[in-house]
Amino acid sequence: MAEVVTRQFVPASQAAVKDVQLRQALRRAGSGFDGTRREAIAEVSEEVWEGWREQARKIKEHTIGHLDYYLAMLERNVAAAGGQVHFARDARQANAIVSEIARRNGVKTVTKSKSMVSEELGLNHVLEANGIDVFETDLGEYIIQLAEETPSHLVAPALHKTRGQVAQLFAEQLGVPYSEDIEEMARVARVALRQKFLEADMGVSGANFLVAETGSLVIITNEGNGRLCTSAPRIHVGLAGMEKVIPSLQDLAVFLRLLPRSATGQRISSYVSMVTGPKRAEDEDGPEEFHLIIVDNGRSRLLRDPALRESLYCIRCGACLNVCPIYQRVGGHAYGWVYPGPIGSIVTPGLVGVAEAKDLPNASTLCGACRDACPVQINIPRMLLHLRHQQAESNDENERTSSDTDKLLARGFANVMSSPLLLKLGRTVGRAVSKPLAKSGKIGETRLPLISRWTQARDLPVPAERSFRQRWRDELSKDGR
Amino acid sequence: MSQPPPVRASLFVTCIIDQLYPEVGVSVVRVLRRHGVDVDFPEGQSCCGQPLYNSGFTQEARRLAIRTLDALAGSDYVVVPSGSCGAMMRVFYEDLFADDAENLERAQQLGSRVYEFTEFLAKVLGVADDVTGDDAAGGDATGSEKVTYHPSCHLLREMRVRESPRRLLSGCSGVALVDLPEAEQCCGFGGTFAVKYPHISEEMLADKLATITQSGADTITACDMGCLMHIGGAISRQNLPVSVRHIAQILDGEQA
Ligand code: SF4
Repeated sequence: MAEVVTRQFVPASQAAVKDVQLRQALRRAGSGFDGTRREAIAEVSEEVWEGWREQARKIKEHTIGHLDYYLAMLERNVAAAGGQVHFARDARQANAIVSEIARRNGVKTVTKSKSMVSEELGLNHVLEANGIDVFETDLGEYIIQLAEETPSHLVAPALHKTRGQVAQLFAEQLGVPYSEDIEEMARVARVALRQKFLEADMGVSGANFLVAETGSLVIITNEGNGRLCTSAPRIHVGLAGMEKVIPSLQDLAVFLRLLPRSATGQRISSYVSMVTGPKRAEDEDGPEEFHLIIVDNGRSRLLRDPALRESLYCIRCGACLNVCPIYQRVGGHAYGWVYPGPIGSIVTPGLVGVAEAKDLPNASTLCGACRDACPVQINIPRMLLHLRHQQAESNDENERTSSDTDKLLARGFANVMSSPLLLKLGRTVGRAVSKPLAKSGKIGETRLPLISRWTQARDLPVPAERSFRQRWRDELSKDGR
Repeated sequence: MSQPPPVRASLFVTCIIDQLYPEVGVSVVRVLRRHGVDVDFPEGQSCCGQPLYNSGFTQEARRLAIRTLDALAGSDYVVVPSGSCGAMMRVFYEDLFADDAENLERAQQLGSRVYEFTEFLAKVLGVADDVTGDDAAGGDATGSEKVTYHPSCHLLREMRVRESPRRLLSGCSGVALVDLPEAEQCCGFGGTFAVKYPHISEEMLADKLATITQSGADTITACDMGCLMHIGGAISRQNLPVSVRHIAQILDGEQA
């Protein structure tokens, strides 16, 4: 599985907010994607959009509610088309299955089209350890492969890099002249990759959707190389999380409207590829073998928890990242694993463990922008609250990670707020302690623990001389109208 | 102005206004009374439990929520000068009491009677009915106080109150409402978030301050003292020439 560094959220995000280039890249991409998304919605009208979201949500609720049934149907129909479905319990098993397929077929070179699941599995490293050359073929993935980095966005994996940084990388790694022209950079990558497409014996792709009734794998891209990965090599391996299945082609229609608009604001992406089994006798080209690896890797845990189940409705459009004020400041890498942003803050604790990713559910103001942007109406803030609740009060000791200080503060606050006497006492003490610290009614910078985390950038008011309830008694209660 | 309807309402003043900003509560009462509302203040109230709920401490939050349900049981309407406390009562109490049928029913009952302050003025009392959202911004600014409005997240996205604050402000004499760029961006308060992740919170705050400055406003207002404590704390630290007031204070005509 891909390395998990979720425990580093605080230092990583501290470094990220100071990174001027990162902020620039995030700002440009975030407002760009979100702007075009809003335009695309306005174009079809808010009402129509809400109708689509409603419909998509229902399809997901239904399918995830009957997941076994649809996965079995998918398996039958993939087999009927001449392909083979493999179910992988975890990353290790998934990697082993792909490695075995490669070994059996004497595979030397693999081309890949973007797959977040393969990032999740850490597949590239495993294949490379088996002496296989792996080439990412999407421009963004290719860039981060060259830079030996991980994706920082669900849709635009190299979003954290500025154009200049990419030009620099290409000049260093590929020996081409430095150029910041996007067309030129894409051309350089195409030339570098063309040869690989011809050499590759195995293509690995992700899947945006799996259609149960036809056994098809659906890939939505803008570059078209996904198509080359799935058709040119002898073997095609598709990788997908088990939540990707939908019942029918009819259901696909609404997602084809929602996904590109939510991701990039496009009415439709440049390419929509449907792969159904390997090459048939009458086909001109296509792979001889088609394997579909369906990955659990912790998803059944999310499925079992009614409070977190809807995280499996996600279609990885990235809209929630583009509107998230936290993601927009810390970037994708700070989240410490493959899935960043609001949805990552749920999926990551779900897949790698709540204790391993303590900060993610807390590093949110619960502003709700993500939920409003989500094309399947996933209630992300509610799930973040649920994960916080698990940290504070879970029966499972491993999940209960809130510090004793937090618990004491919570209990103390509740006690004070439950007792008029304590509340009055609390004010008196609060005023006595804060007044010497204050200048003209405000506390400036102080070294007091906890409070200093507030006052390092903001002044703090001292409790008022008379509380509102006192003033009500003194002057307002008898006032009438 | 026509005869206002005889309405009885209880004020839920919120713990932050009670303890730190009582003058805001006083303005709320004055504005409501001016519109003919018979206001009472149930003394059993304290905190709605939102800070605890947001930190995951649902057991402690429930204690405070039950006290709140008790205190407000007899009220026709409950007026809350805060989007986040209002959202807690209207939206999150239902989750908090999901496995407690008796309190769930009481919570739903309360939820149907809870209004955020500006929402109450607009929806229940029909104040500023004649002002459209488009009147906002661009009024005659000469001699008026230029006010800009920050929509707090829970008011906007949990309580779904978007227009009434702006409508009320544009109907307010002596006030010229000016647009706040990127207004619907969170200010970075988020309760304990502000002290748990100050480095992120401060970045968000800095951007909010920049847009406030850009708006050219004399005054920043909002419907939540939490956000305003955070924004105002930085304005005070940086000595910016902007006054910070709750919307009730502006509607009350209280000078900065
Ligand atoms: S949670 Fe919703 S908005 Fe975020 S990536 Fe998934 S589908 Fe898109």
